[in-house]
Amino acid sequence: MNNGENAVPLLAARDLAKTHGRTQALRGASAELRAGEILAVTGASGSGKSTLLHCLAGIVRPDAGSVTYGGERLDRLPEKRLSGLRRGDFGVVFQFGQLIPELTALDNVALPLMLAGSSRGDAQARAGEWLERFGVRGQAGLRPGEMSGGQAQRTSLARALVTGPKVVFADEPTGALDSLASEQVMTALVHTARDSGTAVLLVTHDAQVAAYADREVRLSDGAVVPTGVTA
Amino acid sequence: MMLMSTRHVLLGLLVSGPSHGYDLKRRHDERFPQARPLAYGQVYTTLQRLVRDGLAEVDGTDADGGPERTMYRSTTEGSHELARWAGEIAPPAPFVTNEIFAKVVVSILSGGDPEAYLKAQRAAHMKRMRELTAVKTAKGADLSTLLSADYALNHLDADLRWMTTTAARLTTLTAEVDTA
Repeated sequence: MNNGENAVPLLAARDLAKTHGRTQALRGASAELRAGEILAVTGASGSGKSTLLHCLAGIVRPDAGSVTYGGERLDRLPEKRLSGLRRGDFGVVFQFGQLIPELTALDNVALPLMLAGSSRGDAQARAGEWLERFGVRGQAGLRPGEMSGGQAQRTSLARALVTGPKVVFADEPTGALDSLASEQVMTALVHTARDSGTAVLLVTHDAQVAAYADREVRLSDGAVVPTGVTA
Repeated sequence: MMLMSTRHVLLGLLVSGPSHGYDLKRRHDERFPQARPLAYGQVYTTLQRLVRDGLAEVDGTDADGGPERTMYRSTTEGSHELARWAGEIAPPAPFVTNEIFAKVVVSILSGGDPEAYLKAQRAAHMKRMRELTAVKTAKGADLSTLLSADYALNHLDADLRWMTTTAARLTTLTAEVDTA
């Protein structure tokens, strides 16, 4: 839920700059994500949306500016601590779910729990519950290649949420889906995030997907476009 | 050509059986939740015209414990007219008389600030799209609500795409003028 303008942000980027080779992807971009909020980051191709997500998720470090998570400078954390944070507090979903093709849907979702120390039996039981929440319990025994795009993406969402993260980063999660499958994925994501109080940072170029969010930050040429209107 | 024919919609609602004006208005507003609610006066005027044209007829009265109400039913001719209308191709109308389009063109012609307008209009469109999405994704939303919200969302999205393209064109145009 939107916690109001004055709420302390859970995650904040300030004046981020990032260059990939000769391309400057971010030029002073700032954005805030509040606890439990769903925020859409929109903009044209090459506007810096995904780079902003990668910086906020601690996947890449910005060249300049700061990323603060729960009051701590994420961009200055040592790699080991950062990777612990990514496993425990963050969940990530990409356009193509990046499920492990050799594993069943159930084992894909159970894997993060097993990496965190759960037994195989416990992990599978919880994974089954999460597949149920996303309406893909019936596909638990299928491998990613045997599922539809929408089913695979809902499995990816279950995997991203199974560890109870505080933030889910979703980079064009419906980019490869048709409109009805996209609607199923977004509805499942929004309902689950609201029920569990998980914040979502949603990168999309699609206005209909962005409309699932509480708020929108629009990027152009690596910087936030001021709308002049409070969303 | 009307954008939405109240006459045919009421005729369509009468197909399921005789009904009175109050009930037709209620069912119309339920089936078309994003449309402007029908005024009672419009319902009764339309029903009288349907009777005049032989497409509907009076089917007695119904009191049902309240005030007496005239019941209407569709005639065979009414059913034929409804089938003809339902199968008729609607003109693939580009909405070029839309207010947004007119404002941008006038703003360009008069040396105004179309980019500022487009940004503000985009924010208003996104706000409405968020409201419609919330209606659509509410648990227990019925089919009429889904269809109606989808229709509105897709049209707002089409406006947004045009606004995004136009904003990009204006930026390119301004850059060309500045470097000329």
